[in-house]
Amino acid sequence: MSHKLIDLVNLSKSYGSNVVLDEMNLYIRENEFLTLLGPSGCGKTTTLRIIGGFETPDKGQVIFDNQDITKLPPNKRQLNTVFQKYALFTHMTIAENIAFGLKIKNKSKAYIDDKIKYALKLVNLDGFGSRIPDSLSGGQQQRIAIARAIVNEPKVLLLDEPLGALDLKLRQDMQYELIRLKNELGITFIYVTHDQEEALTMSDTIVVMNQGYIQQIGSPEDIYNEPENAFVADFIGDSNIISSTMVHDELVEILGTKFTCVDKGFGTNRPVDVVIRPEDVELVAPANGTIQGTVTHIIFKGVHYEMEVMANGFEWLVHSTKLHAVGEHVGIQVDPFNIQIMNKPASEDEEAVSVDE
Amino acid sequence: MNKNKKWMATPYFIWSIAFIIIPLCMVFYYGLTDKTGAFTLENIIAITTEEHWKALWLSLLLSTISTLLCILLAYPLAMILCNASINQDGFLVLIFILPMWMNFLLRTLAWQTLLEKTGVINSILSALHLPSLNIINTPYAIILGMVYNFLPFMVLPIYNSLSKIDRNVVNAARDLGANNVQTFTKVILPLSLPGVISGITMVFVPALTTFVISNLLGGSKILLIGNVIEQEFTQTNNWNLGSGLSIILMIFIIISIVISTITDKDGEGNSL
Amino acid sequence: MIRKSLQTVYVTLIFIFLYAPIVTLIVLSFNSSKTRAKWGGFTLKWYSALFKNDTILQALYTTLIIAMLSAFLATIIGTVAAIAINGMKKRNRALFMGITNIPMVNAEIVTGISLMLLFISLKFQFGFTTVLLAHITFNIPYVILSVLPRMKQLNPNTYEAALDLGATHTYAFFKVVFPDILPGVLSGFLMSITMSLDDFIITHFTKGPGFDTLSTKIYTEVKKGIKPEMYALSSIIFVSVLVLLLLINCAPTDKNKEIVK
Repeated sequence: MSHKLIDLVNLSKSYGSNVVLDEMNLYIRENEFLTLLGPSGCGKTTTLRIIGGFETPDKGQVIFDNQDITKLPPNKRQLNTVFQKYALFTHMTIAENIAFGLKIKNKSKAYIDDKIKYALKLVNLDGFGSRIPDSLSGGQQQRIAIARAIVNEPKVLLLDEPLGALDLKLRQDMQYELIRLKNELGITFIYVTHDQEEALTMSDTIVVMNQGYIQQIGSPEDIYNEPENAFVADFIGDSNIISSTMVHDELVEILGTKFTCVDKGFGTNRPVDVVIRPEDVELVAPANGTIQGTVTHIIFKGVHYEMEVMANGFEWLVHSTKLHAVGEHVGIQVDPFNIQIMNKPASEDEEAVSVDE
Repeated sequence: MNKNKKWMATPYFIWSIAFIIIPLCMVFYYGLTDKTGAFTLENIIAITTEEHWKALWLSLLLSTISTLLCILLAYPLAMILCNASINQDGFLVLIFILPMWMNFLLRTLAWQTLLEKTGVINSILSALHLPSLNIINTPYAIILGMVYNFLPFMVLPIYNSLSKIDRNVVNAARDLGANNVQTFTKVILPLSLPGVISGITMVFVPALTTFVISNLLGGSKILLIGNVIEQEFTQTNNWNLGSGLSIILMIFIIISIVISTITDKDGEGNSL
Repeated sequence: MIRKSLQTVYVTLIFIFLYAPIVTLIVLSFNSSKTRAKWGGFTLKWYSALFKNDTILQALYTTLIIAMLSAFLATIIGTVAAIAINGMKKRNRALFMGITNIPMVNAEIVTGISLMLLFISLKFQFGFTTVLLAHITFNIPYVILSVLPRMKQLNPNTYEAALDLGATHTYAFFKVVFPDILPGVLSGFLMSITMSLDDFIITHFTKGPGFDTLSTKIYTEVKKGIKPEMYALSSIIFVSVLVLLLLINCAPTDKNKEIVK
């Protein structure tokens, strides 16, 4: 990864009394696949629209290649956008759609024809040039929207929930497609989504946002394995979030029982949140468990069973390939490495919000 | 639920045969026969007499000019309304459509009052020592009346088609490098064309066929084709000739509708 | 900034163009001088003259009766037709929509004379009945065109769900389908009233001598020469329309709630 390509400095934006972004700072490096992830209303789309030039921030700057482009109109920026619901020009053919940006730049006809051919091939829609957008399926229209943007050779491609309108199978196919495109083009992708799976699959860097604040920036592994707060833990994947007390370094008291962990530096006898992923909860014979409980629910999920275990007054979510019957008495054990300690949220703003998106 | 409901169309079917189809056939019957009931094309050919030809030509001219003026006035207005209404919840639009609910004759009467030789406008002009405006009883007054009466019919469909354009489509054009003018000519204008076309039919047809505006503002000296037909029915009682001229009129209406359906393939602009 | 103020100027100019005549009428309705050019002082005499003018009051009464009756009958025929058309196959549907569109796109003068020719050949007595029939005819399309979109939005499963839960067809229709299309039916009804109130041309050809609606009455009066009573009448009509529209526009949500009840 090379130098900073885009630098967002102290961005603030509000609509009336509704603060959408509050003093946001973020940089994006060349060739990075960066995902802005968060629930609706978290400010991710506004951030993207500010980068694209469709919104002006109330405060702060957008630096692109060391130049302040905050006030530059969208048509003067060296980046292109793939819009939600594609936003194709319905009164033009596919070829005319793709050629739109190039014609405005007065490129030669031969160059434009070449580019159309190349772009259609790139998105696997060879020979679709003379069709009209309405005759294409959602997935195909999405590819055209991407083709239309990339023929302009932008340094950065902005994607605003591009897969939102597609069905599950198509969405998964398009994720691989996007990764391939990104590698072939060698440009920066800034991707906005509320779908954690999309974010984990494709990104180099994930920026988790909530209520106008960045909650955590990190690689997909970091975000999943070491969430910094309850919001991130709850938003990314399933998790058991338990209010606990840090006794001292490497020892935490969870639901009245002491567990060894690997985290340090949280002080002594401090209230913290503990995150344990359901696949990290091991069910063992009662005698071997750190605590004991009873299985209350079982759902078969295909790759594993999802079970709920009542232990010490807490309903533990457990993913396991081994079946335990409802009512069975089990022991619970957690590897110290899999206990993730987090600071309690400082303000109400950051408090974990359950999200069902 | 769709299977047993067909009989429900029967009352309307009978009604439309009786009061839409048969009456239209009668126009054709009268138009293509003479007083004795014998077939003739005389009533159609009558359009070529100088008096009728002049009236038709003047109607076409005035309604075309009015339609063009309506487009020129309505398009910018619709665009401004479309941008403003996001905040103002369509209230502004209502303000501009409101005069449409005022009785058509009273609206025209108002202009008669304003434009008369000793009318309001001339009183103001003379008080300011400006030359007086003498357009009452001229074709200009008729054009003014047409534009005034039919302008909302142009504003509304254009406004509707403009407000249907996805904001992101406009953003996409900007994103791909188009400046304001290019965005307008290459994206907004073509996408709003169905609205303009439906506005054209909604203005052109009533303007072409009016007899009220020309009567009230043209001082009954200027005859449009609508006046000629009206007189044939209410004064001269030559229904055959009146029907014949109506057939000519319908041909022009059909032409304008065919043109609009060809141009507006999706039929999106037809919503009022 | 310049652009914004240019827009404001433009909108204001059009606004003046649209409203100047109406405002003039209202001002003149209070002018005691009979010549339009001079302000002769404030008076209400044209209003009292208007209310003493029996022919105008009679015309107003006729207009309202015709509007209500024609809108009511057109709403029934049109709603029933719209339900049927919605269930039709493409070809029949196209045929019906084609017929429905004829009065909408045809010139009013042609619709007027065609009905006149029909009534003459049927030897109808020109007057109330002929005008009513004509108004119903041009109102039905407005009802159909406002009910049909509602029918299209209707989820067919709700009707089937009602049947599944043991409702009869009639019960299911009135309890499940009708409430959903009611806004369309109402807007068709209101549109019909407006169209009927405003119509001049078709009434002109189907009314016969001695029978007048407000529009035709205004037309004959205006042709004779403008009387200040007409200004008073315009003002009253404009103000009532304005109040009505403001009421509808300002309280749409409350209205919907009432309908639901």
